[in-house]
Amino acid sequence: MRFFLEVLISGLLSGVMYSLVALGFVLIYKASGVFNFAQGAMVYLAALSVVGCMEKGVPLWLAIILAFIIMTLFGIATEKFVLRKLVNQPPITLFMATIGLAFFIEGLAPMVFGSDPRALDIGIVDEPIEAILNSWGMVISKFDLVAAAIAALLVTTLALFFQYTRIGRALRAVADDHQAALSIGIPLQHIWAIVWGVAGFVALVAGMLWGARNGVQFALTFTALKALPVLIIGGFTSVPGAIVGGLIIGASEKLAEIYLPPLMESAFGGNFGGIEGWFPYVLALGFLLIRPEGLFGEKHIDRV
Amino acid sequence: MTVATVPTEAAPTAERYLTINNIEVIYDHVILVLKGVSLDVPKGKIVALLGANGAGKTTTLKAISNLLRAERGDVTKGSVEFKNNRVDQLSPNELVRRGVIQVMEGRHCFAHLTLEENLLTGAYTRSISRSGLKEALEKVYHYFPRLKTRRGSQAGYTSGGEQQMCAIGRALMAKPEMILLDEPSMGLAPQIVEEIFGIVKDLNQKENVSFLLAEQNTLMALRYADFGYILENGRVVMEGDAENLRTNEDVKEFYLGLSSSGRKSFKDVKHYRRRKRWLS
Repeated sequence: MRFFLEVLISGLLSGVMYSLVALGFVLIYKASGVFNFAQGAMVYLAALSVVGCMEKGVPLWLAIILAFIIMTLFGIATEKFVLRKLVNQPPITLFMATIGLAFFIEGLAPMVFGSDPRALDIGIVDEPIEAILNSWGMVISKFDLVAAAIAALLVTTLALFFQYTRIGRALRAVADDHQAALSIGIPLQHIWAIVWGVAGFVALVAGMLWGARNGVQFALTFTALKALPVLIIGGFTSVPGAIVGGLIIGASEKLAEIYLPPLMESAFGGNFGGIEGWFPYVLALGFLLIRPEGLFGEKHIDRV
Repeated sequence: MTVATVPTEAAPTAERYLTINNIEVIYDHVILVLKGVSLDVPKGKIVALLGANGAGKTTTLKAISNLLRAERGDVTKGSVEFKNNRVDQLSPNELVRRGVIQVMEGRHCFAHLTLEENLLTGAYTRSISRSGLKEALEKVYHYFPRLKTRRGSQAGYTSGGEQQMCAIGRALMAKPEMILLDEPSMGLAPQIVEEIFGIVKDLNQKENVSFLLAEQNTLMALRYADFGYILENGRVVMEGDAENLRTNEDVKEFYLGLSSSGRKSFKDVKHYRRRKRWLS
């Protein structure tokens, strides 16, 4: 039982890390109805800029601020040079544009900051929390706990922002209907710049946590792939959904990795390993069949 | 081209308010949609813009509100002036701040926002306090009590009439002086249309909001408007007081299906006659 709990908790905590990446997708999807294929690349860019600045002798806090400025400028530039030209185009056109953007970043970022994998030390050590280890006998990583706390804070802030502020409402309005938003005087340019800036900030947080855990390297761009099942389960349009989706994915993939192989081996014989790798996608597939808008996603409203 | 002018008692030239001078609109660089349209909306009046499908009503409204550019349309000639200032190069955002707002054809409410949230987005361009916002909301609810009872529902799940009210209410939240209202009767039951037109008239008289109203429902529009323009093929072919247009024989025959010999089917209207008269 203790072992089960340990697996469950470490799964939940690692799920939060997926949620962070998924959150960036949700923001942009909510505000522009675009699936931003470049989110993984933005995570990479953010982590690289932090590491790159630190290599030049900049202290961590300043590197974070510089990286934030870079991500904000990047957001504004994306709006100005890519999105503005594509107002009122079908979503697929915008989607293709974000694919191009992903390739662009994946090429540009290593050119500026160097491409070799590097470690990122953000001052939080990845070691078990002693108190829990002593009294409960469970290994819970301090790093995971901090990451989870940061994610929780970020999500709460964003959810409140979307629900209750003037800009948040405008963001949701733009997501529903560009043209109508334009007609009542919401300037799409500002809104999109804001959203890409915020998504850049979320990418920065995700990039730093992932970079600190796995090292800053090109593989960070693939975090986006793990965010996909999270989005499908939680719903593309829901900030809390991204969190719940992440928790479900994190917990279920770890539990499946531990408890499924013995079952499957006794049923089919042979050797089953690496379930963690594909289990989230199968789960997402199941969700697509039963509840395509995800747990918290907005239902498509059709007039009949 | 000659414009058939019905004799009017008071020509709308008293005060220059919204003036459109000979504008030409081209879509996609090739399709000429408006071929020199000029019209005037005096302050505090309701002006109807009438005509069949494809005549250029919506395009005229969008040329004023500058929503055209997002649709690859371009005003290539002419000018739009509001209170003696050129406004043809302003962004929709800037125009809303100056008091001109468009309510688009087909309502276009934000489907996933509640009715109240829809209304609140309308105040985006105004920097007002929370209490001011509340006051503005109450005012809209005063004119559209039906919105108040349903304010918590997502707009996508409300009826067409409620959505139209929501769209007009949303525009009102921006505290406009002039509303460009496109086809408010579309797809609505006659009773609801009557209700909405009544409210429009009310807003016009009590809040002193001017309206430029594009409508297919000629009879209804002329009953509520002060002045009317009839568009055909991207040109103004007729203009005059609503009263006079309503009793004009040609209008009766072409748009209302009535003629001196009684009610007539559109099938029997002789189209060559209108071409000969208006487009020669």
